[in-house]
Amino acid sequence: MRYLPKSPADREAMLKAMGARSIDELFAPIPAEYRLNRDLKVPRQMAESEIVDWFRQRSKENGVEYTSFLGAGAYLHYRPVIIDSLISRGEFLTAYTPYQAEISQGTLQAIFEFQTMICELTGMEVANASMYDGSTAAAEAAMMAVRVTGRNSVLVATSLHPEYREVLATYAHHQGMPLATVGYTDVGRVNLKALEPAITPDTACVLIQSPNFFGTVEDVAAIAEIAHRRGTMLVVSIAEAVSLGIVEPPRDADIVAMEAQSFGVPVGFGGPYCGVIATREKFVRQMPGRLAGQTTDRNGKRGFVLTLATREQHIRREKATSNICTNQALVALMVNIFMTVYGKVGLKELATQNLAKTAYAADQFGKHASVLFSGAPRFNELVVRTSEDPYVINSRLLGHKLVGGLPLKKFYPELGNAALWCCTEMTTRSAIDTAVGMLAESEAEQPSGEHAVEEVAR
Amino acid sequence: MKHPTPKATRHVNQNEGLIFEKSSSGKAAWKLPPLDVPEVDTAKLLGVSERKDLGHLPEVSEIEIIRHFTRLSTWNYAIDLGMYPLGSCTMKYNPRVNEVVVRLEGLANGHPYQPEKISQGALRIMQTLSECLIEITGMDAITLQPAAGAHGELTGLLMVRAHHHAKGNPRKKILIPDSAHGTNPATAAMVGYSVENLKSNERGMVEVSALEAQMNDEVAALMLTNPNTLGVFEQEIHKIAQIMHAKGGLLYMDGANMNALVGKVRPGDFGVDVMHLNLHKTFSTPHGGGGPGSGPVAVKKALEPFLPKPVVVQTADGTLGFEYNRPQSVGRVRSFYGNFGMFVRALAYILANGPDGLRQTTEDAVLNANYIRKGLEGVYDLPYSTPSMHEVVFSDRLQAKNGVKTMDIAKRLIDYGFHPYTTAFPLIVPGALMIEPTESEDKAEMDLFIDAMKSIAQEVEEDPQTVLDAPHTTRVSRLDETAAARKPVLRWRPGVKA
Repeated sequence: MRYLPKSPADREAMLKAMGARSIDELFAPIPAEYRLNRDLKVPRQMAESEIVDWFRQRSKENGVEYTSFLGAGAYLHYRPVIIDSLISRGEFLTAYTPYQAEISQGTLQAIFEFQTMICELTGMEVANASMYDGSTAAAEAAMMAVRVTGRNSVLVATSLHPEYREVLATYAHHQGMPLATVGYTDVGRVNLKALEPAITPDTACVLIQSPNFFGTVEDVAAIAEIAHRRGTMLVVSIAEAVSLGIVEPPRDADIVAMEAQSFGVPVGFGGPYCGVIATREKFVRQMPGRLAGQTTDRNGKRGFVLTLATREQHIRREKATSNICTNQALVALMVNIFMTVYGKVGLKELATQNLAKTAYAADQFGKHASVLFSGAPRFNELVVRTSEDPYVINSRLLGHKLVGGLPLKKFYPELGNAALWCCTEMTTRSAIDTAVGMLAESEAEQPSGEHAVEEVAR
Repeated sequence: MKHPTPKATRHVNQNEGLIFEKSSSGKAAWKLPPLDVPEVDTAKLLGVSERKDLGHLPEVSEIEIIRHFTRLSTWNYAIDLGMYPLGSCTMKYNPRVNEVVVRLEGLANGHPYQPEKISQGALRIMQTLSECLIEITGMDAITLQPAAGAHGELTGLLMVRAHHHAKGNPRKKILIPDSAHGTNPATAAMVGYSVENLKSNERGMVEVSALEAQMNDEVAALMLTNPNTLGVFEQEIHKIAQIMHAKGGLLYMDGANMNALVGKVRPGDFGVDVMHLNLHKTFSTPHGGGGPGSGPVAVKKALEPFLPKPVVVQTADGTLGFEYNRPQSVGRVRSFYGNFGMFVRALAYILANGPDGLRQTTEDAVLNANYIRKGLEGVYDLPYSTPSMHEVVFSDRLQAKNGVKTMDIAKRLIDYGFHPYTTAFPLIVPGALMIEPTESEDKAEMDLFIDAMKSIAQEVEEDPQTVLDAPHTTRVSRLDETAAARKPVLRWRPGVKA
């Protein structure tokens, strides 16, 4: 086996040194009746070239050379090549959690820079070293609000990513954390009139997303004003991090729970991604997850350590702020490098291109179908309602190597034949024109009954 | 240093400030293509929501970024540099072919919502990995959705709770041995269970009579790590399972130490009902400085209805798809399907090994741990003489007489060119030194490690101050953690120079 660095003679010599006759002796503690006396039924050992071939085949079966209009929490942005050059360095790739600070300063300083940039972008005062993803970050942020306020329930906007809401429901179920929802208006924003009465003295936080699942930018200040007037915290989830380049961050929020995948992390069929929680300094001791902090060594030299560990499971056990142990360090490093590459000017330019492409797409789609929620600003997603079933439209697009928008029927039946389309800086004008053209054909024709329909949304 | 070590030599490495300290206006590392649609008036589109200022994000060039992160990287220790004997963490070699295949276009750019028709490659990877892990664990069904080990624990206990709930009573307590990982009790609390401690016996194992006394119909499950955190196989595991099952309880296994078992024994065969795996430990996906991980949860048939949704199924036409209609599911624990990139890497590792390689890997891991145990026995105190599997736990009892603790020895090990072992865990061993070499170390590297540990023990006798002041060879030494926690500085601010 090519990963194992021992010759048969080495193994013999080692057994001899410890006075063992055979390797089986070392497994004697396992009761004989449970020992496996056969080969595992897994595929035979493969050569490296065979492994590459096998996965190349799988890659081909997985939609290469399609142009996609899917977003909805997973965004295709260009990844500068130096991200992979740098994260492939073994010193980053094959290091453990930086508990031994003296030989982990590289990882620790990188986390410190990550935390700083996330604070700058979100308008928050502290950020952690990352969480699993945006959905669990949102759930953990809600639990944090419960700890801070001593209240129990959470008021969730239905315009929060439906899968984030599902994860929250799973987490909340056994924590005595009742969930209530607040809907959206015809401009796709949180219904402010419904918000105020929905807040009760037991509401720990209002949890919204901005830009929300429809791509609509929320009026965060107005929501914060209502929430704070009622003594409730405001948690803002951000699923599309690139929006922070041009959309005002939720400075009035108490906690920001974001997904940073857009910053240089492969779409990768859904993971690994990079959740982050950012908040006010005064709440830091209730924050879950790892934190890097600056300090000095015994010679007065600047250095970094993991800090405030007394919140964490390995110290506090069942009284910890969360059971979370790992973070997404290597993915956070991708995010970090991406933010560094684009920086203060580039990120704005990048976000502006996303905005322009989407504005163009809205204009074009609007000529043939109904673009919903146009009464409020949007970032890089738009909801298009057609007379024809979007599954049918998507089936047709698929034949032309285009993946259409995400049909919303499953999550928002009230929106009818609506689909969520996303345009990033990677989406070309010609792709938009082609998609609009194909959609327009059918819209002109009128839908013709039965089609073989592929379910796109699941 | 008094004892020159053959393992490492000091050499110069580069100093480097924070990236913000290199920033100046007008430098750039990016270039976007020309916009192929009309430009937009951002103020008009966004109104009051338009962002005017991005704060103190850096402005630097590409070469500066390459140097910045390359310099930082050289301040890290890594498996690629040498033995990384962190007990319980399984720091094994991370094969590079895994990193190549995960970047193939269809896998790296596949969208989680793209039609199933063009997702067959990803689904096949998930299904193949699932089948392999089910066979390796001897369980019946699996979910790949949890993002890490602790997340797997959460998922597993949610299923335990759902199982009991379906039987009419979710029960109240989880039993956890005093040697357990901290995530176990923290997880139980998140699922609404109270935690009851189970004391280990003098052999470092679960005391079966104590378990019998504590087990009743209020106990939902026992969370057991096997081999446990002492690296000891719970020899009476079958009795433990019987006791749990006799009173309707379940046996949860923390699979953190699965590297001792793969291909030799299967948890499903010795009575485990639900367990999580750590793909970043046993199945070689890189730790990456603290993540990402992946924590699949395997279960017996009785728990299958409660798996998180969706699950991968074969459809009538032979293609693969996701099934969402799972009325008894505990729900979703993460968006999309989990850390897919880790599935690719873990499967590539399994394919590179095959059944023979997986078994040899386990044998070598256990061989290495026992070789180190033999080499250091007598030099360091071995609190439990029970046979070791893949890791060995010593204590600092002999060195503590000279005022030297496990953390001091660990720090001194750095000067000898090694990453330290795990310190002060498990909690049942005061001053623990927890050593897990994994299968990835050759005999020469382990001989160097044993020599280094012996040399440090000698220093403790002759010149303890050298050990207490260690490390002597690093960029920084003994950082002030108390000050860091008392007045936290968690971000850089402009104008504040260190």
